[in-house]
Amino acid sequence: MNKTIRVLVAKPGLDGHDRGAKVIARALRDAGMEVIYTGLRQTPEQIVSAAIQEDVDCIAMSILSGAHNTLLPKVVELLKAQNADDILVIGGGVIPTDDIPGLKEKGIKEIFTPGTPTQVTIDFIKANVMER
Amino acid sequence: MDIEKRLLEHDKRAAARLITKVENGDPEGYKILQTLYPNSGKAYVIGVTGPPGAGKSTLTDKMVKALRKQGKTVSVIAVDPTSPFTGGAILGDRVRMTDLSMDPGVFIRSMGARGHLGGISEATSAAVKVLDIMGSDYIFVETVGVGQSEIDIVKNCDTTLMIMVPGLGDDIQAIKAGVMEIGDVFAVNKADRDGAKRTAREIQMMLDFNKDKGWRPPVKMVIATENNGIDELIEAIHQHKAYMIENNLFESRRVENAKSEVLELIKERIERMILDQSQKEEALDAYAKRVAGRELDPYSAVDKVMMDMKVKI
Amino acid sequence: MMFNKDQISVLKDAVDRENSKTQEKLQKRPERKNVFTTGSGAPVNRYYTPVDIADMDYMNDLGLPGQYPYTRGVQPTMYRGRFWTMRMYAGFATAEESNKRYKFLVEQGSSGLSVAFDLPTQIGYDSDHPLSEGEVGKVGVAIDSLADMEILFDGIPLDKVSTSMTINAPASVLLAMYIAVAEKQGVSADKLRGTIQNDILKEYIARGTYIFPTEPSMRLITDIFEYCSQNVPLWNTISISGYHIREAGSTAAQEIGFTLADGIAYVEAAIKAGLDVDAFAPRLSFFFNAHNDLLEEVSKYRAARRLWARIMKERFGAKDPKSMQLKFHTQTGGSTLTAQQPDNNIVRVAIQTLAAVLGGTQSLHTNSKDEALALPTEDSVRIALRTQQIVAHESGVTEVVDPLAGSYYIEAKTKEIEDEAYAYINKIDEIGGAPKAIDMGYIQQEIMDAAYDYQKKVENNDVIVVGLNKYQVEEEAPKGLLRVDPAVGEMQKDKLKTLRQERDNAKVEAQLKALKSACEGTENVMPLILDAVKAYATLGEVCGVMREVFGEYQQSVSL
Repeated sequence: MNKTIRVLVAKPGLDGHDRGAKVIARALRDAGMEVIYTGLRQTPEQIVSAAIQEDVDCIAMSILSGAHNTLLPKVVELLKAQNADDILVIGGGVIPTDDIPGLKEKGIKEIFTPGTPTQVTIDFIKANVMER
Repeated sequence: MDIEKRLLEHDKRAAARLITKVENGDPEGYKILQTLYPNSGKAYVIGVTGPPGAGKSTLTDKMVKALRKQGKTVSVIAVDPTSPFTGGAILGDRVRMTDLSMDPGVFIRSMGARGHLGGISEATSAAVKVLDIMGSDYIFVETVGVGQSEIDIVKNCDTTLMIMVPGLGDDIQAIKAGVMEIGDVFAVNKADRDGAKRTAREIQMMLDFNKDKGWRPPVKMVIATENNGIDELIEAIHQHKAYMIENNLFESRRVENAKSEVLELIKERIERMILDQSQKEEALDAYAKRVAGRELDPYSAVDKVMMDMKVKI
Repeated sequence: MMFNKDQISVLKDAVDRENSKTQEKLQKRPERKNVFTTGSGAPVNRYYTPVDIADMDYMNDLGLPGQYPYTRGVQPTMYRGRFWTMRMYAGFATAEESNKRYKFLVEQGSSGLSVAFDLPTQIGYDSDHPLSEGEVGKVGVAIDSLADMEILFDGIPLDKVSTSMTINAPASVLLAMYIAVAEKQGVSADKLRGTIQNDILKEYIARGTYIFPTEPSMRLITDIFEYCSQNVPLWNTISISGYHIREAGSTAAQEIGFTLADGIAYVEAAIKAGLDVDAFAPRLSFFFNAHNDLLEEVSKYRAARRLWARIMKERFGAKDPKSMQLKFHTQTGGSTLTAQQPDNNIVRVAIQTLAAVLGGTQSLHTNSKDEALALPTEDSVRIALRTQQIVAHESGVTEVVDPLAGSYYIEAKTKEIEDEAYAYINKIDEIGGAPKAIDMGYIQQEIMDAAYDYQKKVENNDVIVVGLNKYQVEEEAPKGLLRVDPAVGEMQKDKLKTLRQERDNAKVEAQLKALKSACEGTENVMPLILDAVKAYATLGEVCGVMREVFGEYQQSVSL
């Protein structure tokens, strides 16, 4: 068998700064993963719908606008509603440290703040995607 | 969880998971396909190809929307045949189809090359079967057309749509004749740009050289970004279908496609058998070294491999 | 020629001899690195001599300050005349909150306002649009209608301040609101000073707050050029921005090459629309980044000025010297700041401030140290502003115009960046201009390659970022960060509801209808937008009409 980790890289919300999302997409690709990139201005509904069709192992979202407390938990909720909460959900971007425990409580498994080496994210995904 | 049952109930998650299984080469996946194969064959499969930058994803997006307006269910398989050595890939075709994500009658799947043993065409045609069984009326298989593996991806379709654009230089000449020949319908996208008519003329001239086919592929002018010419393009695809049915070509094309698929699978299985039995390529590598060193000729090497395996052919 | 040919060849021999001697010594005692590069990754020599600038022609390539090609600055006296405009970008939550912050900044000695809008405003959605959920008031102030704009500038005399607005796709609408507020204050449009960013091409490239496709977007921009040249003559109608291109990961030379290529596209569009180049070009302004490599950045600004002057004169036949003068705003580099040991950011911003000032900027925003973490607090904004004031009053670099000119390295680097940027412009011309190069993803791809290359260097410790990959310490989570009250979204929704009840809805509808037919035709849309906002049509309604007619931009995929 030829298992390849599939990751959906998405930018939820309206912010258009995609440097971080694209850098992580390239790093995951170079680590041998298949990255499905969905582009800017994705609603939580669109993200979940794409994740299900693409049958990804992980959803990685980058957000810099400050709307993380609204949008990231929404993605987890929608996944649960579709019985798809075996998908690993992680986030990155300008997210204040104080907000991280709350986000984790709501099912976002890890938050990577600015300056995190891409290797840390790669290792986290490899260690935490579910066997399926 | 019962993938078989759920797939027959048009469940997208089941389809998505089954595609993953066949793509991973999971025997369970193929077993399910074996069982459900009789349920396939109802979808109309359209291959979409063309050079990079031709606007394939945008055009596919518009064709899907037009078919949805007619109440049809549609699936899209977007294939990226480029395979960096890491085996990873960035698949970005969904960006151009964002608002289809939420449509319950649409399913989009991106596929990378992964260095599949049998080439990506095998995984693609397995995915087509899954979406066919799920109940899609139309399935688009979209890939960038530059070489042999892409031809393999789109040629096993009912209709192959070739997209060209003006302003890509001498691409029409550059694209191998073999690629142009598989087109049943041609679209010149970005038809408002300078040189669009010239591009269309060049395609027509090329088609003049290939008159042996009874079907003369139509050349349609479209502007995908403005949703211009889309209905006419779909009409042309339907005309191709009608022509094939009238002339008893539809069934024979499917037989032809089935034959080539079976042949491919046989080739692949033999290849895998040989590689497995040669202790993961080691023995083969040893022969290869001797062939390269002119100690052994390649023809005798084949005899030896076959003898090692006690296969008589 | 500045140097005698014979002297140069003697010097060249001496340099070659010295270099081969050094090369031998390196066997025993190597330098710190095998290759030395600038912050943008461009290789640099051990030292520079007249050999490296032997081709330079002083009068042609440098000139005096205030003289073509303006390499040494656009004014003869520069900061001896007056300092640059210290302009702090601010805005968050509601118009009421932001109005308070503006008054604070004016009290602290800020000489110009700079308005940050929230994302729904930047993308032309009202606060009650479903896509605005969670975004209202977050990265800037929420403006839904003229009513919000009236509050935003309450008590701020618009004939006294110059106001910069970071607004692009709906720039025409926000400018119209600004003109309308001024009118209510009794200030006529011809007295208004300020800038709208209005640079859609870099939105497609790097910043992402686009709405309409390229063609109608370019039309809106040229409509603004035309309207302002007749009615708001002191207004800078566009701020062609390299800032975000650099933030997206470009090199210094790419920042200049891609930004000037965008500039060329705007000039061409305006000329094509029938405007005379000297009628609008003097109101074009630029916006660049300041990174940490001080000398590379100074060279970059000088190269940009020289290149633009030559483009305007030679390519577009501009006659008015003002059309050839590249005037620019600078912001220190947000992406150079670290979330780790945030106090270190004060030092980075100080270096970047020096770079901008030594490079001859016309105005400057200095980032606050906590920007990598959240919105800046009042205290950190004050330090950032004080940094500018210290450089202005205490460093001495303002007393001499272009003090680094004549440095062998600075002049060689200026030429090198100019050449590299020019090569990019040529490549983009070959493709068919910036809009087409963006459509193909060429520019985005080049930037991404540079960004990824940089990221790998940081991760391999080939590039050291203090506090990030060296000299790290265990840190506690920062305290006292500024938060936007989540209730802001609800407050804006309530205001909108009241507005829609109280205004003359028949009038709004009539104005929107008139706007729609103008959009479908070819007349200038600015007067109709002005009428619509004066009738209290909301931003979302005005942009909605334009969306209907123009459609929406499809982002191009380039990874």
